[in-house]
Amino acid sequence: MSSKLKLAALSSAVSVMALGAAAQDPVSLTIVSWGGAYTASQVRAYHEPFMEMNPHVTIINDDGSANALAGLRAQAQAGNVTWDLVDMLPSDAQLACDEGIILEIDVDAMLAPAPDGTPASEDFLPGSLDGDCFIPQIVYSTVLTFRPDAFPEDNQPSSIADLFDVENFPGRRALQDRPGTNLEWALYADGVDPDDIYDVLSTPEGVDRAFAKLDTIKDHIIFWTEGAQAPQLLADGEVAFATGYNGRMFDAIEVEGMNADIIWDGQVVEWDGWVVPADGPNVDLVMEYLYFATDTQRLADQAKFISYGPARASSAALVGEHADLGIDMGPHMPTAPENYFAPIVLDNDFWVDFGDELRERFANWMLQ
Amino acid sequence: MALADATQDNVPVGDTTDSRGRLVTSDGTPLRRALERSMRRRKLTAFALVAPLLAFIVIFFAYPIAQMMWRSVDNPQVVNALPQTLEALQDWDGRDLPGEAVYAALHADMLADLDRPRREQRIGPLGIRLNYELSAARSAISRTSRNVADFQAPYKDAFMDAHRLWGQPELWRVIKREGRPLTLSYYVAALDREYDESGSIVRRDENRQIYVNLFGRTLVLSVAITAMTFLLGFPIAYYLSILPMRYANLLMIAVLLPFWTSLLVRTSAWIVLLQQQGVINSLLVNIGVISDDGRLSLIYNQTGTIIAMTHILLPFMVLPLYSVMRTIPPTYMRAAKSLGATPSTAFRRVYFPQTLPGIGAGGVLVFIISIGYYITPALVGGQSGRMISNEIARHIQQSLNWGLAAALGTMLLVGVLVLYWLYNRLVGADSLKLG
Repeated sequence: MSSKLKLAALSSAVSVMALGAAAQDPVSLTIVSWGGAYTASQVRAYHEPFMEMNPHVTIINDDGSANALAGLRAQAQAGNVTWDLVDMLPSDAQLACDEGIILEIDVDAMLAPAPDGTPASEDFLPGSLDGDCFIPQIVYSTVLTFRPDAFPEDNQPSSIADLFDVENFPGRRALQDRPGTNLEWALYADGVDPDDIYDVLSTPEGVDRAFAKLDTIKDHIIFWTEGAQAPQLLADGEVAFATGYNGRMFDAIEVEGMNADIIWDGQVVEWDGWVVPADGPNVDLVMEYLYFATDTQRLADQAKFISYGPARASSAALVGEHADLGIDMGPHMPTAPENYFAPIVLDNDFWVDFGDELRERFANWMLQ
Repeated sequence: MALADATQDNVPVGDTTDSRGRLVTSDGTPLRRALERSMRRRKLTAFALVAPLLAFIVIFFAYPIAQMMWRSVDNPQVVNALPQTLEALQDWDGRDLPGEAVYAALHADMLADLDRPRREQRIGPLGIRLNYELSAARSAISRTSRNVADFQAPYKDAFMDAHRLWGQPELWRVIKREGRPLTLSYYVAALDREYDESGSIVRRDENRQIYVNLFGRTLVLSVAITAMTFLLGFPIAYYLSILPMRYANLLMIAVLLPFWTSLLVRTSAWIVLLQQQGVINSLLVNIGVISDDGRLSLIYNQTGTIIAMTHILLPFMVLPLYSVMRTIPPTYMRAAKSLGATPSTAFRRVYFPQTLPGIGAGGVLVFIISIGYYITPALVGGQSGRMISNEIARHIQQSLNWGLAAALGTMLLVGVLVLYWLYNRLVGADSLKLG
């Protein structure tokens, strides 16, 4: 081979490589979520299949969702947005949306229709698309859990009212150190219909009534802050009752073998989902990811790994068995009919409006 | 002084003086100037050596703190979003609802905002800002602005239909009061106070007061933790200082061990030890000191915070104490005893006063660190063992009310500086000795 020919071959090889690189430029997406079992379920249901389809994409997990609101604002103000996609609660999403630091969502243009052709805006569960910037992913609920061995066999608790009944059900109670859920339950236990709770809570008398009810169990409460604390307190036998996220409780009971039972009465139901930071580094690719990760099959897949319900109606039929345990996941979903008999749907608009005031009052009440 | 010495005594007078009798160097420049030049060069070199650190401190420490303090009074949201409304509100008396002209101006402001690119829209931040002052103001703003393009005159009725708050003078009072580029309202809130109808500052409703109490508790807990580290640390440091070096070093590693363990691991270890079904309680029940029903509450309260933080901060007390005690010659105590002092008198009058600089340094360190601590109190403090930093962290991370967080943080900073100033006046900061 003459040296000229070699040169030509070499240069064409280089240009082919350059072309290949242009088509498959390696990209990394930073996806912020809650960590632990929840991120693991997203990795297996969404990230891994997406990376398989797009070999040039690497997904980096950041466990920053608990403080995502502060992170989003700080990045927007510094003009250096490094997060591509963030998993957050709808109330936080609404604040970020009001500030204009996350993108508004056009549901049918951005998200896949159901397999039977139902547009996304009709397939997602009612109420889940209320936010302007929020793409729902799962339904989770805050449930009451108790240790069966803390009570005699013929007198086991079964309702939220029992949480507030220290005479018949003695023992310490672990509640989350925030007003949300606790005030709703206080009113529910006091006889308010689940549908009227936020109307009552919007009045000063209703707030007084809720705190008066909480006063009746105050000496028996331990407050928890982090989601992992609640099952831990139960497992250690520190408390007889604990409130907690149903997925964590499922994990502790079914996977870790903790001796506890879930009371589905009065479960407080909330969505969790995605938001897209404005000015993120890879918005087009993120949209591709979102279209994939929120379709019917992917949402159903996530329920194989954690007991949170898919936010699409069309996914419910596809929920199968737990990937590792092999147990049927249907009955463990918060949205399963036998569990969804008296749900309290968390009103995010109410909490964005009255959250500050009620948190102050709750903090004051905790300190008294 | 060096210059004066040089000109008067040390330099031999002779052919090194110029025509006017001034001292010169061998090349003819006046000695005074040559000295000044070399001094300046040395100062510049010294400054160049310090400059990186100085720049680091200014950029990463002083500037963010100044910015944080600025946030506690910065109030651009209302001024930016509602310029016409504020102008129309100028003549409003603040009692009854404002007139149609004000509602029309509000309508115009909201319409103008819809034309801005989304990232620059000001109505969203306005709603969040007003909600700090009046609950539900956010939804009043956001619900109205969603439909404002369809509003028809008279606008007053249209707004009052859109949200009940537009029919209440309270929301207008807030808009008028916060319609200034600087505000004190974050400090008002941080002091558990609020504005009443006439605009004067009054105490808040009793069941919403939290911050002043928390500041008080933070002080009490920090003093208690400082006292505990002193009580536990003094004997340890004394023992270390009289041991031969190789044993002392071994024990010092034991003291420093907490430094090398993750904070969360240490805190979790305390949870295992202290909880009601934990190691200590079970041990006490087993040896019969307490009954099974009378298990002690050692965690999720103030006791938990004090125990866990004392452990974490102990090295900060032991290290300065130890290094000061090492320098106290043992002969002093012997001399005191040989002059007839009892051991306790010798300790009290001779040994202890010499350890004061170490106690001061350790005390100031532990106190200042503990006053700003928040991870440990959040995990083991329950509701009664929380400190003001927990509230600051909550406002930064969750409620996103950075103005209030900045006001609380500034008050904490000023409080610490005042305490340090008092310490300096009473004890003298130059008596601090870290080693």
